[in-house]
Amino acid sequence: MNALWQLLARHRVLSVLLFLLIFPLLMPYEALAVNILIFGLYAVGFNLLFGYTGMLSFGHAAFLGVGSYLTGISIVHAHLHWLLAITIGVVSAALVGVLIGHLAIRTRGIYFSMVTLALGQIVYYAFYKAERWTGGENGLRGVTVAAFDVAGLHIDFTNPITKYYVILGFVALALWLVSRILASPFGAVIEAIRENEKRAAACGYDVARSKLLVFVLSATICGLAGSLRALHLSVVPIDSLHYLQSGQAVMMCLLGGMGTFFGPFVGAAVFLYLEDVVTTLTRHWMAVVGAIFMMFILFFPRGIWGSLVARWERQAGSGTASGGESDRTLESVQP
Amino acid sequence: MNAPQSPGGIEPPAGTTPIVGLAPAEVLIEARHISQRFGAFQALTDISVQFRARHLCAIIGPNGAGKSTFFNILSGSITPSAGSVLFRGQDVTGLAQHEYARRGIAKSFQITNVFKQLSAHENVRVAVQMRHARFDFFNPRSRLAGVAAQAEALLDRVGLASLRHKTAGDLAHGQQRALEVAMALAADPQLLLMDEPTAGMSPEETSVMMDLITRLAAERTVILVEHKMKLVMGICKTLIVLHHGQLLAQGSPDDIRANAEVRRVYLGQG
Repeated sequence: MNALWQLLARHRVLSVLLFLLIFPLLMPYEALAVNILIFGLYAVGFNLLFGYTGMLSFGHAAFLGVGSYLTGISIVHAHLHWLLAITIGVVSAALVGVLIGHLAIRTRGIYFSMVTLALGQIVYYAFYKAERWTGGENGLRGVTVAAFDVAGLHIDFTNPITKYYVILGFVALALWLVSRILASPFGAVIEAIRENEKRAAACGYDVARSKLLVFVLSATICGLAGSLRALHLSVVPIDSLHYLQSGQAVMMCLLGGMGTFFGPFVGAAVFLYLEDVVTTLTRHWMAVVGAIFMMFILFFPRGIWGSLVARWERQAGSGTASGGESDRTLESVQP
Repeated sequence: MNAPQSPGGIEPPAGTTPIVGLAPAEVLIEARHISQRFGAFQALTDISVQFRARHLCAIIGPNGAGKSTFFNILSGSITPSAGSVLFRGQDVTGLAQHEYARRGIAKSFQITNVFKQLSAHENVRVAVQMRHARFDFFNPRSRLAGVAAQAEALLDRVGLASLRHKTAGDLAHGQQRALEVAMALAADPQLLLMDEPTAGMSPEETSVMMDLITRLAAERTVILVEHKMKLVMGICKTLIVLHHGQLLAQGSPDDIRANAEVRRVYLGQG
């Protein structure tokens, strides 16, 4: 068990990738699997800020939505190549991240949450009103990518299973990047900032600039999730920018386990799978979400994955002479 | 830099004469006409002090004398209402906190500030890392040469080597303070500022800390803020006494002991 655990921790991107390769087989239908991929990535991007840096943003829908819309607009209005459209979506989300981040990082705690919420709503309203470009209330329709050739392979994007694996390629790349960020010197800095901002500054770290950088990185990842969602749905619904979407990221992180690498992905999977099952039974999905959410906050504050990690670490710790010690040392890569 | 003063060297004789007019090379940090108000409250009034390089100096005074405010100004947490702080001849007043750290001014806080959920080793490692990489978000930090080893050495220095894997928040109070000292030393600062380093410590922990401070002061400038006068009398070369936000006296421990004003203030306090 211990050896397996070590292996999983050391090769976390590879492990998650292996799992995601067979994941569509476990799901009732492929579109749900694609949805989980996309929102898993969204939650992972959000977790970078929330779980690792300790900054609770309520405006991340802005990045998901901007990524979606700009990719959609590039395809629908500018007839650009889909790869270029994704690039434009991601870069736009990053730029909006610079803007919102720049304004929001001056505040802390609840004020930071409120400022991001307000700025997110401004973005929502701007896209809602720009009907000519965004389709307003009806959303942006016609974001279609039919088929394309890559390295001599003809890829039919309308085939759901093909679509899944194409999108998985992007998600894998992003997860690898996030894993690199977390294992980098900067990854240690953001955790230090989460633990004690004053001390991080006294150590010589520029807290404001570090926060801005992690905010933009987070926005970029979420923007990519948005771009992929536009391609997946073929439309960009206006609810991409709605604050409920921001709230969903928080829930997915808490459900799965904030501050762990796999946690947000697990949270997104459980959340969307339950939504899929429960909505066939009752119209009151949100009430069920509320109940589940409360249960987790009260009884499993570490979330599903976070609780498992804690349990395994306890077992691994009691195996050695130094029981109860922290595993979060130098090479500590947490799965 | 200048040669360190031999221990027990000859101090300037005059009773409460401020040590002004030191050769510029001898001065590490200097406060010039510092005043600080908080609303209507005048916390500090026109304080000018020069701190000699490679000296152990203590700022003492009764409660409410303005010691912590002065400390916060010297360490860059507060920008003074008036006056300036010069570090190695350069004006550093109003610079951001991390700029102070990068220029070689380290500090330990009055209230312990460590990264509580991280291991003792990771606490120090992050502090050491500052000099190697700050915004690199792509390369593995495990490849930073020597950072982990330096962290080990620092932990050893403050007597925490055997506790390196322990979560910082689980350490005893005295150990957390020692950890904070290790973190402050990580950047190899020229100046170490310590705000009541023995606050809340048991007598045993206090004597361990005072030993550590004495050893540290052999190779760099250390400025302490201390409430307990007895504690610093034996180990400091220079004392600065604040009272009601003003500089009351300054000199060697003997000068201070002999100073009538200081005796009145401290005895009046009980």
